Amino acid sequence: MATPARPKLAVWKFASCDGCQLSLLDVEADLLALADRVEIAHFAEATARDGPGPYDLSLVEGSVATARDAARILEVRARSKRLVTIGACATAGGIQALRNFANAAEFVAAVYPEPRTLDVLAEVTPIRDHVPVDFELPGCPVDRGQLLEVIAAMLAGRPPAIASHSVCVDCKLRGNTCVLVARGAPCLGPVTHAGCGAICPAYDRGCYGCFGPMETADPAALAKAWRRQGLADRDLRRALHAYCAAVEPFRSAGGDRDA
Amino acid sequence: MTRRRLVVEEIARVEGEGALDLEIEAGQVTVARLRIFEPPRLFEALLRGRDLREAPDIAARICGICPVAYQLGAAQAMERALGLCIEPSVRALRRLLYCGEWIESHALHVVLLHAPDFLGYPDAMQMARDHRAAVDAGLALKRFGNDVLRTLGGREVHPVNVRVGGFHRWPRADELDPLAARAAGARAQAVELLRWAARFDFPAIERDYAFVAMRDAQRYPLNEGRIVSSGGLDIDLDDFDRHFVEHQVPHSTALHAALRGHGPYLVGPLARYALNFDRLPAEVQALAREAGLGPVCRNPFRSILVRLLEVVYACGEVERLVADLRRAPAPLAPALTLRAGVGQGCTEAPRGLCHHRYAIDATGAITSARIVPPTSQNQASIEADLRELASRHLDASDEDLSALCERAIRNHDPCISCSTHFLRLTVRGR
Repeated sequence: MATPARPKLAVWKFASCDGCQLSLLDVEADLLALADRVEIAHFAEATARDGPGPYDLSLVEGSVATARDAARILEVRARSKRLVTIGACATAGGIQALRNFANAAEFVAAVYPEPRTLDVLAEVTPIRDHVPVDFELPGCPVDRGQLLEVIAAMLAGRPPAIASHSVCVDCKLRGNTCVLVARGAPCLGPVTHAGCGAICPAYDRGCYGCFGPMETADPAALAKAWRRQGLADRDLRRALHAYCAAVEPFRSAGGDRDA
Repeated sequence: MTRRRLVVEEIARVEGEGALDLEIEAGQVTVARLRIFEPPRLFEALLRGRDLREAPDIAARICGICPVAYQLGAAQAMERALGLCIEPSVRALRRLLYCGEWIESHALHVVLLHAPDFLGYPDAMQMARDHRAAVDAGLALKRFGNDVLRTLGGREVHPVNVRVGGFHRWPRADELDPLAARAAGARAQAVELLRWAARFDFPAIERDYAFVAMRDAQRYPLNEGRIVSSGGLDIDLDDFDRHFVEHQVPHSTALHAALRGHGPYLVGPLARYALNFDRLPAEVQALAREAGLGPVCRNPFRSILVRLLEVVYACGEVERLVADLRRAPAPLAPALTLRAGVGQGCTEAPRGLCHHRYAIDATGAITSARIVPPTSQNQASIEADLRELASRHLDASDEDLSALCERAIRNHDPCISCSTHFLRLTVRGR
């Protein structure tokens, strides 16, 4: 009896650090099991095999920063039944989106002696600005347990069980003392999407927002809490303009330009 | 006269996006290029205006595979700019964290990226059907390295605990002890993998590399030391700019680097090993000899063995460092007194020497940044490898020659994500 065809998985890289695709390889013990259940049709970092598609599920890491990539994401979408963004770059622009608040040409000239040879768009944008996205998994990097859940859910055709509340909820569950209230540490937990498990407060520091905005984030309310602790508005704006600055409300609350 | 052109549009099993161009005319290799088209992310520009305390976390985002390298280089540079004295226990804990990254990164390269080349598989998942024990051992080692990172830094990719001046939270004894308890087992797995890989069929090639690596006063270099070369260079890390120069080439978004007065040079495991063999413990040296290596290895294909020796060494270091740290009291966090200045940092990332230079103003804002990652330093040497290998195999079919050239690139574990977005902040006329 012929075995049923396994669903085809593809992994794509755009402007990024590789950390989210690495999270897929970091499932170590489950990696070979995953490879048995899905056909890894395209994953350049892991395999020289390159299947043509169509793909049942495409995981997209990275944001769009070049004209070449703006065209490439359209091709990836056209060849994918479902498309999921993995990580802060694909979902919210990533750290490289900070150039959106500066002069991109000047930025390039600051790094490269001959800027004209480079293909660089003025703005770095998340994937959803280019194509429809079936699910966005936040995080810099993504949590590998959540990544496996999203893959399983997408292949089963069900919504992923990914909570959309703030880091504060996870922080309480972990039993951390609130670093903002108890110590006046700058913390973005109240406006940041859960998923990491509240790592930073567990390491005696404030959350720095690398999972991006939670569903109903209210930076204005957080600004009041920061002021009560004697923290500067300028520092909050700068903190919001870091890893996920290309999406609202972090984009506006961080100001048009960095202070 | 016939002209032969080979192109590999997307090199597989490397980190990031690169392509390979080879042109042969009249029996001569006329073009041998590692073409890097990874989108530039312009870190050196976006770091300007940020607070110096943000630098370790931001710089980490250059690379998801070796974030600790960027965290430690940035922290060290800022500490030098501020004139902070870092306690030995903090330096020991940083070395322990870095060992985790070396183990994780090397295990990834050895088993998932490099070994399939020698055994003829497209990837480790296919290879596992016939070499399950080796793949399992490699993944277990990778997990051990990742667990060191997770324990000390909260997570594997972009751990959160390094800060300018030290760590946010000192680890507890009940966190450290399990790492030491597992280290001997991990080391034994690395030795088994070394013996497995030593039986591979290695193409015969010896390259005349100029090696550049760090050299520590006592131990194999990780997070501190001087910069030395096989040509006799021996400098403080602050003198990097006097001896190394970088330049842009049209086919790459990574700038190339050269050693003044010499040209291309090589950083990474082969360089570290050649310049620091005497710093390896006798039992690691003996394992090297058993694997067929002398004190210098110039065959880039055999770098897989050197990486495994470094994993063996790093596992031993985990055990030693935990024992030392258990005796050391948790250090007090030093107060940061801001002042304007310039600070440089240099460490041995898994892929080789990585140099940082920052200028900061009196408010603690970064006014300029320059980071020289290992892969941009190695590009010219990688292309020289390609040229030499291709010249020796001109009679091979296009398919075989392309495959051989891809292997030549993977030998150096290039981290293409790291290599772009670099170089000079102030543009000098050239």
